[in-house]
Amino acid sequence: MAGKKESTFINMVLVLFIITLVASAALGGLYELTKEPIAKAKLNKKLKAIEEVVPAFDNNPSEEMYEVAMPSGDKLEFYPATMGGKLVGTAVKTFTTNGFSGYVWVMVGFKPDGTVNNYSVLEHKETPGLGTKMADWFKPVDPTKVKLSLVEKLGKLVGIKPAATKGGAEGDKKSIVGKNPGTINFTVSKDGGDIDAITAATISSRAFLDAVQTAYNEYMKKNNNKEISHVGTHSSATSKQATNSNKEGGKS
Amino acid sequence: MNNMQNFTKGFFKENAVFVLLLGMCPTLGVTSSAINGLGMGLATTFVLIMSNLVISLVSTMIPDKVKIPSFIVIIASFVTIVDLVMAGYVPALHEQLGVFIPLIVVNCVVLGRAEAFASKNKLVPSIIDGAGMGLGFSMALTMLGAVREFFGTGKVFDFPIFKENYGMLVFVLAPGAFLALGYLIAIINRLRKA
Repeated sequence: MAGKKESTFINMVLVLFIITLVASAALGGLYELTKEPIAKAKLNKKLKAIEEVVPAFDNNPSEEMYEVAMPSGDKLEFYPATMGGKLVGTAVKTFTTNGFSGYVWVMVGFKPDGTVNNYSVLEHKETPGLGTKMADWFKPVDPTKVKLSLVEKLGKLVGIKPAATKGGAEGDKKSIVGKNPGTINFTVSKDGGDIDAITAATISSRAFLDAVQTAYNEYMKKNNNKEISHVGTHSSATSKQATNSNKEGGKS
Repeated sequence: MNNMQNFTKGFFKENAVFVLLLGMCPTLGVTSSAINGLGMGLATTFVLIMSNLVISLVSTMIPDKVKIPSFIVIIASFVTIVDLVMAGYVPALHEQLGVFIPLIVVNCVVLGRAEAFASKNKLVPSIIDGAGMGLGFSMALTMLGAVREFFGTGKVFDFPIFKENYGMLVFVLAPGAFLALGYLIAIINRLRKA
């Protein structure tokens, strides 16, 4: 090709240098530009997850957030949600390293007695189509929202009734919502537990339940020695002070 | 070869997946459902068009011996740009496709087109080639994803056709990818030769 550069040493070094320079400058600039929107998007996601997993609240859980360091060096984050000064639930940002490919971060909401209120999967790298099902799998099935399949619809036309959606025993065994890890064994049924694993994603299911269990353990540890003081002081003290008393309670 | 042929060859005659057998890693890995296949395909299409565009412009300035490293840097830059921009401005979409985006760098379709086409052609044909190849790749991935999703879970694009309990799970798993791809290639080849 006309004007093609020769493969001399100088040419090669020069061209590679220019290309990498332009590329890194462009990426560095773009990183600075997108840093803020990305951080904002992540924060929004976290706030949405908190709202999703605890009952209605009127405080700002992010302000009262407290952390518990885990042996691995990562932190569990606790977001207490209060309504009129009374604790209605706590969202716990928890994690596990047992996932199929690395960390799984879950936001799980506990009622004051430790019952799971709801959960939301924040971040994971599980297999698409298998482990990713954890986003809904462990939630109760709403029979009114189950879509009929095409075959079932056609069957209905010729008078065949679709099979009833499994809401009862089997549907319940998948769900962790409304269950208390203190009374129910939060391991998959394959390991002798009370929760059904995701079909073909037992490892992801184990990891998920492990994250919930970790959150529950730490939550109960915190709550056993300061739950009463937290509820008691909250109505009179400002939220900042309440957070401090939480922290002290946890250390003692 | 005119522009129209340039565009359409990516779909059938030189389809990246079914005929050239390029980019098998994302093809087998992410097509567990139709929407995954489509998402991966479209993200790849964007990178393919952009890298073809840049490479057709700068290829005469790059000495032959450092061609591949230069192309890889250019492609990787565009992949990172897509990743960052999507994470910042369309977080919902990024959440869906997040895992696939970094995979595009190792997709040989992109490097293959850069080497085989963009470095030897002018700007406009290169862009058209990128668009055609990318959309053909998307089509192939969506087809494969739809077949696997249908047999594996009874749904296509999340629309239920038959009950999930009757699905053959193997199609969602890795072996199903090879099975489905093999049969699809056989069918396409039969049609091509007919």
